[in-house]
Amino acid sequence: MAVSVDEAVPTGPVRDHTPPARRFGGRGRSVLEIALLTVLAVVMLFPVLWMIETSIKENRDVYAIPAKFFDFTVTLDHFKDVFIASGGRSALSVSFLNSVVVAGVSTVLATVLGVPAAWAYSRFAVKAKKDQLFFILSTRFMPPVVVVIPIFLMYRQVGLIDTKLGLILIYTAFNVPFTIWMMKGFVDEVPAEYEDAAMLDGYTRLQAFWRFTLPLLVPGIAATAVFALIFSWNEFVFAIFLTSSDDVRTAPPAIAGLIGGTTVDWGLVAAASVVFALPVLAFAYLVRKHLIAGVTLGAVRR
Amino acid sequence: MGTVAVHGLCKSFGKVQALDGVTLDVPDGSFFVVLGPSGAGKTTTLRAIAGLEKLDAGSVHLDGRDATGDAPAARDLAMVFQSYALYPRHTAYENIASPLRARRCSSSEVAAAVEQMSSLLHIERLLQRRPAQLSGGEMQRVALARALVRRPRAFLMDEPLTNLDLKLRVEMRTELTRIHRSLGGTFVYVTNDQVEALSMADQVAVLKEGKVQQVGTPTEVYERPANQWVAGFVGSPPISLLACHAEGDRLVGAEGWTLPRPRWTTAEDGRPLLLGLRAEDLSVEQRGDASLSGELYGLEPLGDRTVVDVRVGTEILKVKARPTVTGTPGERLHVTVDLDRAHLFDAGTGLALSEAGR
Ligand SMILES: Nc1ncnc2c1ncn2[C@@H]1O[C@H](COP(=O)(O)OP(=O)(O)O)[C@@H](O)[C@H]1O
Ligand SMILES: [Mg+2]
Repeated sequence: MAVSVDEAVPTGPVRDHTPPARRFGGRGRSVLEIALLTVLAVVMLFPVLWMIETSIKENRDVYAIPAKFFDFTVTLDHFKDVFIASGGRSALSVSFLNSVVVAGVSTVLATVLGVPAAWAYSRFAVKAKKDQLFFILSTRFMPPVVVVIPIFLMYRQVGLIDTKLGLILIYTAFNVPFTIWMMKGFVDEVPAEYEDAAMLDGYTRLQAFWRFTLPLLVPGIAATAVFALIFSWNEFVFAIFLTSSDDVRTAPPAIAGLIGGTTVDWGLVAAASVVFALPVLAFAYLVRKHLIAGVTLGAVRR
Repeated sequence: MGTVAVHGLCKSFGKVQALDGVTLDVPDGSFFVVLGPSGAGKTTTLRAIAGLEKLDAGSVHLDGRDATGDAPAARDLAMVFQSYALYPRHTAYENIASPLRARRCSSSEVAAAVEQMSSLLHIERLLQRRPAQLSGGEMQRVALARALVRRPRAFLMDEPLTNLDLKLRVEMRTELTRIHRSLGGTFVYVTNDQVEALSMADQVAVLKEGKVQQVGTPTEVYERPANQWVAGFVGSPPISLLACHAEGDRLVGAEGWTLPRPRWTTAEDGRPLLLGLRAEDLSVEQRGDASLSGELYGLEPLGDRTVVDVRVGTEILKVKARPTVTGTPGERLHVTVDLDRAHLFDAGTGLALSEAGR
């Protein structure tokens, strides 16, 4: 994931960048735009801001009425509580570790299975290709809640209930179709002639794919993997139905489990949520160049 | 050794019949050109030889051995793609070295071979660049070097000069001929440019809509086109075709003209024919006994010569003339015809009439 976009996508000749035409309406329009965007940003970001504030407020300030926006006492106690409980690691910290394992492994599996499949769908004449691709996509039409009961029953039969492997498998199954669809678009953009040329050079078809096509797919793979990772990281429905014990549970149901007792430690909930949100933000930030490269991969010179 | 023979190649893409029974026989060491317009099936033919295309029917023989089902890597061929297909993340050096690396040559062998090729093609200073940093002509040289760096059974070249500007194309034409002569080897060279075919080939196969129209030396294809279509495709300016029929010892044009009937034709009276006349076999400057009258339609000065368009009835004759020729449109002209060099085609089938008596 550390490959820079400049390396991954060959830079074409310098195209002339025509400056964007001035928008109709001029200054008045842009003031209005800025105002609207500000309102939108405040509305969208307020819950996030509130979560961050709550996570660093002392308990007294958390429950204060009227709510304290600015003059509260800052503390990092809630974050400490997220990771450390009396006598060692907290249940929450175990759930975060579980989330890392489940999301990570299922994303790797989906990528390893999905990328070669996408390559095959892109390069080979497959019977009823369109129907097959539609079928693959259709497995994503169903919301998880619809299938979770039958899967629960099946998992109980085969002993996958309340195991990390069970979650990894179901997330992989959900991410493979997505990976195939995303990656097929990226593979289509890489001319098949690179592989033809490699085969005439004396490489086998698989070597040609591995040595010449795969490196060009890195930006696409990065973008696709991030989406798959975020799906698995955020997934809630399967996680809450299929797991119950603290040492298997992933973070979303674990955080949700904090709410609902007689008293709710909102500071802890907020701090756990912040910790939960950070990896997603960090990943999106790290691969933002790849995400953009993914969109502009069509610029590869043919 | 390096003979390539394909027999009865058929390939269709959905409704498009790209190859329709293509049979070719490429002798060892020859410069064999497949000539045809865009969409004729030239690329598909090369890809079939290379093993990149699954065939509906037909066979490919390399060095006399059936190689129809072999993987591309097993065929021991090299190919220059129309788009060059240089690996974008590799330098020119690594691109050229790729066929040797695939065959696990030692790095000193690779270095020596790449150096030899780059000096042959004058690309020494480009070796550390990537394809995106090369111009079209430079990419073409690197692609050629990648193909020529090895001694395969045969070299397949798909319109390698088409994307170059005219000056470079003319230069590379002579250079490729020179390379073929100095390196030897069998070349199967595909082009849509009849000048390339005529100037470079030992043998030409003319392809149209997936069917071979004619195979022969450039002279044979030019002097004795097998049909009306080949006559029209090969030669510049294009051959002029006039509708006519034979009547006793005369040829009578649909536009009312008459000419003496060429001695060698055997066509029966009244059969609809096409008379094919090349620009250099017509003249507006000297008088002969066989001539057509028409009016000046336009002049096309080309520097070393001028092509005079003469309208005969509704048909246009292209006549080659000296560059000093002048005239005004509408002016009446006599065009002298060298009937010994004329061609006659059956107007129905387009096939050339037997020229046995010539
Ligand atoms: N992969 C393909 N899919 C569909 N049609 C194709 C494909 N390759 C070639 N064709 C069609 O086959 C015909 C011959 O193509 P091609 O061999 O590329 O011609 P040429 O190289 O002489 O221009 C054309 O009509 C072309 O559109
Ligand atoms: Mg072609």
